[in-house]
Amino acid sequence: MIKAILIFNNHGKPRLIRFYQYFAEDMQQQIIRETFHLVSKRDDNVCNFLEGGSLIGGSDYKLIYRHYATLYFVFCVDSSESELGILDLIQVFVETLDKCFENVCELDLIFHMDKVHYILQEVVMGGMVLETNMNEIVAQVELQNRMEKSEGGLSGAPARAVSAVKNMNLPEIPRNINIGDINIKVPSLSPF
Amino acid sequence: MSDVVEKTLTALPGLFDSQTGAAKITNRLRQLVKSITELTSKHEEENLIKQELCAMKEQVSSPNTSMKQMREIMVRAMYCEMLGYDASFTYIHAIKLAQQGGVLEKRVGYLAVSLFLNEGHELLLLLVNTVLKDLQSTNLIEACMALTVVAQVFPKDMIPAVLPLVEDKLSHPKEIIRRKAVLALYKFYLIAPNQVQHIHGKFRKALSDRDPGVMASSLHIYLQLIRESPDSYKDLTGSFVTILKQVLGGKLPVDFNYHSVPAPWLQIQLLRILSLLGKEDQSTSELMYEVLDESLRRAEMNHNITYAILYECVKAVYTIHPKVELLEKAARCIGNFVLSPKINLKYLGLKALTYVVQHDAKLALQHQMTIIECLDHSDFTIKRETLELLFRITNAQNVTVIVEKMLDFLRGCNDEHTIIHLVGKVSELAEKFAPDNSWFIQTMNCVFSIGGDLLQQDVPNNFLRLLAEGSESKEEDDQLRLYAVESYLTVLKGHTSHLPQCFLQVMSWVLGEYAHLQGSVDRREVIRLLTQLLDQRSVSSETRVWILSALTKIPEGQTDLILDLAERLASSQDTVLRQQAQELQHLSQDSQLHEWVLPRGAPWDAIEVDSSLSFLDGFVSEALAAGAAPYKPPHQRQEELCEDRALNLEPYSFSLPVSLSSCSITDRQSPTLLSVSSGLSGNSTELSQKAGSSTLILEGVKRVWGKDGYLPQKEATAPLVDEPSAAVQPPVQQEAAERTEPRPELSTRNQDKQQLASSLFVGLGVGSSVSLLGKSEAPPPRFRKKPRPHESSSSSGTSEKSSDSSCRSSHNTTDSFLYGSFLEEEPATSKSAFDHTPKSTTANGLSQNKDTKEDKHTNTSQIFGGDMVIVRPSTIQDKHPPSESSDLTALLPADLKDLPHSDVISLTSDPSLSLSSCRLFRDEALLLLIFISNCTETVIKDIAVQLTCEELKTASLRGNIVDCLEARSTSVCHYALLMDDPHTNVSFTGTVSYQTQPGHTNTLPFSGTLSTADFIRPLVLTTEEYGKLWLSLSHDVKQNLKLLTDAGDPLRTTLNALKDALQLHVVDIIGSEGIVACRLLSSAPCLLHCRVSGAALVMWLRSPHPALPDCILYHCQRALAHR
Repeated sequence: MIKAILIFNNHGKPRLIRFYQYFAEDMQQQIIRETFHLVSKRDDNVCNFLEGGSLIGGSDYKLIYRHYATLYFVFCVDSSESELGILDLIQVFVETLDKCFENVCELDLIFHMDKVHYILQEVVMGGMVLETNMNEIVAQVELQNRMEKSEGGLSGAPARAVSAVKNMNLPEIPRNINIGDINIKVPSLSPF
Repeated sequence: MSDVVEKTLTALPGLFDSQTGAAKITNRLRQLVKSITELTSKHEEENLIKQELCAMKEQVSSPNTSMKQMREIMVRAMYCEMLGYDASFTYIHAIKLAQQGGVLEKRVGYLAVSLFLNEGHELLLLLVNTVLKDLQSTNLIEACMALTVVAQVFPKDMIPAVLPLVEDKLSHPKEIIRRKAVLALYKFYLIAPNQVQHIHGKFRKALSDRDPGVMASSLHIYLQLIRESPDSYKDLTGSFVTILKQVLGGKLPVDFNYHSVPAPWLQIQLLRILSLLGKEDQSTSELMYEVLDESLRRAEMNHNITYAILYECVKAVYTIHPKVELLEKAARCIGNFVLSPKINLKYLGLKALTYVVQHDAKLALQHQMTIIECLDHSDFTIKRETLELLFRITNAQNVTVIVEKMLDFLRGCNDEHTIIHLVGKVSELAEKFAPDNSWFIQTMNCVFSIGGDLLQQDVPNNFLRLLAEGSESKEEDDQLRLYAVESYLTVLKGHTSHLPQCFLQVMSWVLGEYAHLQGSVDRREVIRLLTQLLDQRSVSSETRVWILSALTKIPEGQTDLILDLAERLASSQDTVLRQQAQELQHLSQDSQLHEWVLPRGAPWDAIEVDSSLSFLDGFVSEALAAGAAPYKPPHQRQEELCEDRALNLEPYSFSLPVSLSSCSITDRQSPTLLSVSSGLSGNSTELSQKAGSSTLILEGVKRVWGKDGYLPQKEATAPLVDEPSAAVQPPVQQEAAERTEPRPELSTRNQDKQQLASSLFVGLGVGSSVSLLGKSEAPPPRFRKKPRPHESSSSSGTSEKSSDSSCRSSHNTTDSFLYGSFLEEEPATSKSAFDHTPKSTTANGLSQNKDTKEDKHTNTSQIFGGDMVIVRPSTIQDKHPPSESSDLTALLPADLKDLPHSDVISLTSDPSLSLSSCRLFRDEALLLLIFISNCTETVIKDIAVQLTCEELKTASLRGNIVDCLEARSTSVCHYALLMDDPHTNVSFTGTVSYQTQPGHTNTLPFSGTLSTADFIRPLVLTTEEYGKLWLSLSHDVKQNLKLLTDAGDPLRTTLNALKDALQLHVVDIIGSEGIVACRLLSSAPCLLHCRVSGAALVMWLRSPHPALPDCILYHCQRALAHR
């Protein structure tokens, strides 16, 4: 079972938090902090597995993480999951994000938090791995997006509205918030 | 926004109105994020979010807020919650959104609900109808969303509402729905296994679904099911093997490939399932050799994911019944892992090695240089895993090196969790393999000072127990103790302020007990050192108590120092300290009393503790006569307090086996009832009288110190097999050293590492005394570790148990109750429990039993009254005509003959012994009788039975130690089992050790299962009492059951069937409704209300215990299904 999925940036700012096991609100924040603390002090050349700290359930739990440019993707799993399997699942998830957002960056995760959640829901459901096939995940997400577009006809498409407004080149819309190097580079092969 | 654009937009209202809205909306979230990123301090962020939340609050309560705005607000609320701010005012709106909105609103609403609400949240109830509606929706997306939210947040008690709909989805035409339904059902299974047990057949259908995706999801369920009971699913082995073969053969659509590996995650799942199925089962393993071989071959080393498959494959090969050829291949694979430059693979290699050394220690030897490199690796995780591996290969010869490595690591480690974990391992190794006293004590000193107060309490407890109980030779023990004393004195002379409390407590206990062994040191010096500690501010008050009790034990002649101290403490703020100081003062002035209270060097087993405090009986009766209120145990007082204070909404907990309805509902203040209850909960009168040991014993005073202080009790157990055989060890050691040390081909490289390697891996060579954990050929531990209290409860008698319980008063009640009730009716046994006199039933007793068999049956029916049918004896004996086993029932002791009992089932057997068991149903406990039959023509000696069960309280009553068992005879061993928390099924395990020839000990493991049904007893009530009780119970469960319609009156037939299977008491049947009552042994009751509705029986269960209704329901379903 996957117990939690945490995505935070290099400064420990949470970008997506999904718990599949109940923890109280403040406990969740503590877990995020502790996990960031554990993960961030590790070099890039050490292994991607960590024993879960005392907070998230002791030695039966593992943190499996990947670090892409500005973001850490951390999956907290119990002993019934395969370490390398989860490691590649993270890769699948990120590649899917990349496909859905076209060159995904940290900003996409911030502003489309709900969308990222919808994508994640197609990968992991209630802590169980639902789908590992990227094309299938993308297909499901697109099915939902289509519904979104068709919902209100011309007038109701917020996504299109955004792009329309974007294209109008209005000065107020911050086109690029400078919060550092935000592009997640998705290597197509395993980044060992 | 520029004016031109503004105008343009307003000119095109229908088309662009909402666009600006959308832009504004996104704008707001952007604005929020942007301003947050611009902030520099946490404080500013807090303020900003607070403002934001206020604005949102206003917005959500305004009626003008559109659905779209609501959606946007939800996303912002999620963002705030993610950052850790409370946005609970939006929760209800999230639910509203899911209820009322269109698909898009629903999507946001459901997402917010699943993020915001946990399983216990009350608002979830509002969602049930929406979810039901969406589950029935023809819109694919709505159904998907509903399934997702069900799997994410639905709690146990809401499952029945949605279960039928989710079940239907298993046959939905769309595969994505089927897949999600399977996963949702799996989640249900995890939370409430009993509620989905009737759809196991459908799981099988999902496994053979035409869509591979659905099949893959069903593997989640099977992995779990097989992990729980592999035996029930052996028949599926063939299917799993075929599936794996097809996957390997590329039969799946190309879609399923990941980096050109066919369905890797599916393969991993299947390999895990196969390894569980093949474990310790040769015939099943044989089915999978071929496919495992194929799997090993196919996994070409080119990508991360193939390693994942390979790793699972290797693990499977080592788990199932071994096949040499496969093992060789797997070992090569492990080599590839360990030697890989990729750090992740190295880690997995170490993990695999750790697993494999349990089966094949030589493999570690092959990779010793790599292991040593890993030991110095910069990666913390790798280091830890290496230590774990070393822990597994530790033996008497390499223990010093390995423990040193571990301690080194610990000193540089600051992760609390790791420290606790590893320190426990170090102390385990030290106890097991310590080469000499000084090393042992030094190591334990390190353990205590590093582990400090993080240590789990059993580490110091075990250590002290070991010191106190010692081994067989007194001289050796004294040496060890003396060494400990000396080393502690040295420690105390140095800086003590940084020492952890736990270490100080251990030291003061040891000094108190054994300082007298040390002739050369002045007592005054010891007292001075201890007193010094008392003055330190860093010392906690608990530790002070330990120190004071140590001081109480030391004096003899140093009265002046002690009196000084006592005087100083007499004005202390702490009442416990003040009391101790008083005691100290009195004892030091009266050396006779001191000698009597604290006898020096008295053997531990001679100390008897009267935990029932019977010596106070006189005082109590006087006080009662003078009009004092009778004693009430704390829980009762608590209960009454609640009752007094306000309306009691909690159900009463039934701690009394006496007719609970009258006791708890009617007059609770009646003194007679109260005294009954106090008598049951650990107090005294009958118990002590019956036990016949009610001399005035004051040793109990000693237990005052330390609330979880150590209470050493030497067991009266006969010497066990694992005696240290020091005489045998040296030659083996030498041999091993000779065998492993010369390794010329490696010696050229790194001298240091080489040396380390030889010291680490000594003793792992071929045929040398490999000491892997759990292997029988492990060298005898140096310090004989006595069984811990809960283990020893089976082998030792009342004295230890009661002394243990005296310090844990909460435990005390049930334990002493357990013993009390049995001692009560069986005065003779108490003695046999103390000195373990064998109590084998002889042929004589057998014939006698046969004589009384006749009237025994009449007795039983009298006892149980006309209303209650004694199910087990009659039905089961009818079903099983007299066979070998029915001979054994004749062996039932005369006093237990009257009890209803099960048939005798065979547990296990070997050429010399055969074991069978029989369950006897007593009101307050389940008695498990184990018949030990000698199948040989010779006498078998020293039979000892050990029984353990995690979920139950077990207590050995008699006969678990038999000195000798004549040829062809049978001895009976009694256990009493109590179930506090209902489990549907519990399994017990145990071993019998015996000697056929002197010095040659055999062990025979056995195991068995019990069901809750064994612990269910009828509860006799009137309909009125039932009604009252029903209202006072809180936890309820409702479910439809099958109605047996084959006879005239379906309700009556069904209830009778249930009654037969489960010892229920049918209180009343009125029309189409029936009320039934039972309870779990003599504690929690469970009331069942049954109503016929169409072809089903609607069963409504209520109980004060949350898990009990589920268990009973489970057994009811089974009972009806098996008709």
